[in-house]
Amino acid sequence: MDRSRRTFIKSAGLGFLALGLPPPFLVRAAGTEQAVRGKVLVVVFQRGGMDGLNVVVPFKDRAYYALRPSIAVAEPAAGEERALDLDGFYALHPALATLKNIYDKGQLAIIHAAGSPDNTRSHFDAQDYMEVGTPGIKSTPDGWLNRCLNGRPISDSPFRGVAVSPQTPRIMSGTAPALTISSIEEFRLRNAGVAPALQRLYANSADPLFRRGGDSLFDAMARLRAVEAKIPPSTASYPAGKFAVGLKQIARLIKADVGLEIAFSEIEGWDTHVAEGGATGQLANRLRELGDGLAAFYQDLGDRMEDVVLVTLSEFGRTARENGNRGTDHGHANVMFVIGPRVRGGKVYGRWPGLAPEVLYEGRDLDLTTDYRSVCSEILARHMGQRDVTKIFPGFRASSPMGLIV
Amino acid sequence: MSAPLSPEQKVIHFLNRTSFGPTPKEVQKVARVGFRAYLNEQLQPETILDNSIDEKVAELKTMRMNSRELFELYPPASVAKERGMAMAGAMNAPRFIILELQQARLLRAVQSQRQLYEMMVDFWSNHFNVFAAKGADRWLMTSYDRDTIRPRALGKFRDLLLATAQSPAMLFYLDNWLSVAPNTAAARMPAMVQRRGINENYAREIMELHTLGVDGGYNQQDVHEIARCFTGWTLRRPRGDAEFYFEPRLHDQGAKTVLGTRIPAGGGMDDGIKVIDLLARHPATEKFIATKLVRRLVADDPPAVSVQRAAEAFRRSDGDIRLVLQTIIEAPEFFAPEAYRAKVKKPLEYVASALRITEAETKVSHQLLRYLGRMGEPLFLAQPPTGYPDVGASWISPDMLLTRMNFAADLVANRLDGARVQTQSARDNQAFIRLIAPDSLSTATRAALAETAGSDALALLLAAPEFQRR
Repeated sequence: MDRSRRTFIKSAGLGFLALGLPPPFLVRAAGTEQAVRGKVLVVVFQRGGMDGLNVVVPFKDRAYYALRPSIAVAEPAAGEERALDLDGFYALHPALATLKNIYDKGQLAIIHAAGSPDNTRSHFDAQDYMEVGTPGIKSTPDGWLNRCLNGRPISDSPFRGVAVSPQTPRIMSGTAPALTISSIEEFRLRNAGVAPALQRLYANSADPLFRRGGDSLFDAMARLRAVEAKIPPSTASYPAGKFAVGLKQIARLIKADVGLEIAFSEIEGWDTHVAEGGATGQLANRLRELGDGLAAFYQDLGDRMEDVVLVTLSEFGRTARENGNRGTDHGHANVMFVIGPRVRGGKVYGRWPGLAPEVLYEGRDLDLTTDYRSVCSEILARHMGQRDVTKIFPGFRASSPMGLIV
Repeated sequence: MSAPLSPEQKVIHFLNRTSFGPTPKEVQKVARVGFRAYLNEQLQPETILDNSIDEKVAELKTMRMNSRELFELYPPASVAKERGMAMAGAMNAPRFIILELQQARLLRAVQSQRQLYEMMVDFWSNHFNVFAAKGADRWLMTSYDRDTIRPRALGKFRDLLLATAQSPAMLFYLDNWLSVAPNTAAARMPAMVQRRGINENYAREIMELHTLGVDGGYNQQDVHEIARCFTGWTLRRPRGDAEFYFEPRLHDQGAKTVLGTRIPAGGGMDDGIKVIDLLARHPATEKFIATKLVRRLVADDPPAVSVQRAAEAFRRSDGDIRLVLQTIIEAPEFFAPEAYRAKVKKPLEYVASALRITEAETKVSHQLLRYLGRMGEPLFLAQPPTGYPDVGASWISPDMLLTRMNFAADLVANRLDGARVQTQSARDNQAFIRLIAPDSLSTATRAALAETAGSDALALLLAAPEFQRR
């Protein structure tokens, strides 16, 4: 951490407050012209490989129904348990009805046949590649969200990057400090008496790993106490489950103006090899938790959503054909969601590659027509003000923007 | 850190790497009998009397049950309802089985005399990870731990690989029990309608995670061929008397080529055995297993020379785990100054070492187990087949660090259910320091200790960076 800059910002902060200006961590630092203040990017990772073909259903491509005799979602029509028409070609899984409302408002954009171009079908590798942002190259030391933080030194708030996760995910790990947290309320020392001594012990430790760890821990605790005092817990109706609890914490941090720029959350359980289900069943249950969670987050933030873009990622899609267990195996291209008032939504983006045997990727999976890095680059450039996205995705040349962000 | 380790540091280092943390008694014992004799004894756990822990584990009633008994007594909610069983809360839900497994694991880590053996049980459970909360695995995990991993944790790698391949828990977790050759007559029988095709999940993970490693030089075609070899390796009664069996009618009888080796048609169950033999003795496997063991025992970034030595021992001994361990521990790199306190304790090690060093009277409680979960290592509940990571940076996010500090405070203040420590005097703290960091407590920690008194000083010591490492 750059001590002189921190000292400058902290002492300057008093002046800003006296003048009635926003706290200094919301103010762009000199020399970082491209960074836009106050904007937030939320990334949701669906671990396990979501079956995009059953989430945004290409119901006009009849091959879909031939490939999936027992798990296909019925095409839109009157009645229950049918997909919800989006544009006459694609339809949304009925468990995502709450997201359909956001789509209809023009604030949810969908990109189909998107994902990571590497052909690995290992969860471990595919997640790793997607998180480091260099598919096919494992030696990349840091995650791309961490590089985003490094590239925009707007403030030294410990909440610039927050992962709601049991462990710091690869996508957020790297040299820029980032916080991992599961609950604001419980984020405190239970023996307040030793806190000062413990804080000094860590601050003066000759062990760099733990000195850094202690630094961000004690800083974060102090600021969370301030958040708690200022922002009461939300009353929006989030569904049960730790995914929604995580989104609720992120919403609270956004409302508290603590300098959050990049938030990360994850939801597990997408590895539907067996008994995946169609309009109802295993996948439908996961989708309901996802969709209702995202919709509650959107509603909870209200006007503050103006500053937010949320994007979903999953390491790969699944086989076009259902397997012998009424499920699907690890595949290739998938579906991404981009949500926010500044998103040009109400539209499904991306070229549809088709599902005929001769166009399937490696003869089995949906082919990829949009690299996830193109989508993320566009969000970073247009929403976060990141001018040079090759620093975030080295070696990648994004295709021309799709016009996702207003 | 370039000076060689002092004799005291060597003993502490040795116990930090071959056990779940030093205790005064073990330090004395190593000093008395020497490293070599101590290690030889630890490598022969069957010669070590461990009655006290055996009795405690025997009190956990699910530990001796088979999967049928477990299913009968702890059925899923739907079955319990059908039977009109009066549900006494969590006490007869399947969750209770996992709870007892966690209790036994932690209890053994803290109190077993067979420390190196228990460390290796933990290592192999993680290497051959099964997520205990996946479907029928809730009733299969007890047997997986007791009958598959524990009897072979210091045996031959090939036996362990075969036993996991045929274990109901693994067959269920990685879906191989459902994988069938698509065109067999049996696959079209009504009873088989649930399983009509090949499933590659296990075939991929056995190479990527269990043997060759992700850079082990295989491709998607190898995954597919191995999946064909393992068709018909399936499971009887996953929710009951679960049992591995080979069903020839579901097996792909054709010829296969695995990693360049041709497996002729008509091999039946032998196809899978051939794959096990091929993988267990593959040079990439020797290197992959050697690397993981050196990472566990020496450093996050395993010294190449150690890995080479261990891989060589693996090859020479046909995968004899005892010999590989002995080779790693007796090599000069093991006691190198760079290796001293180079490892961050993972949560199980941190919690167990704290209970050991304080000689806490331990009865593993839910609260203790919850702490482990919040530190990031809920036992038997790693969802991905990778298991938990074994590099330090994975375990010290602010949240995890905070949980460790809170655990130390609760333990010392006797606020933890199931753990009682004697109150400590200032003189005792010197004894703790000798067990944590002989000759090398940092200035920062000394300064902080100087400004605290009573049990707070011990809480501070157990929360300090020195005790987070081993």
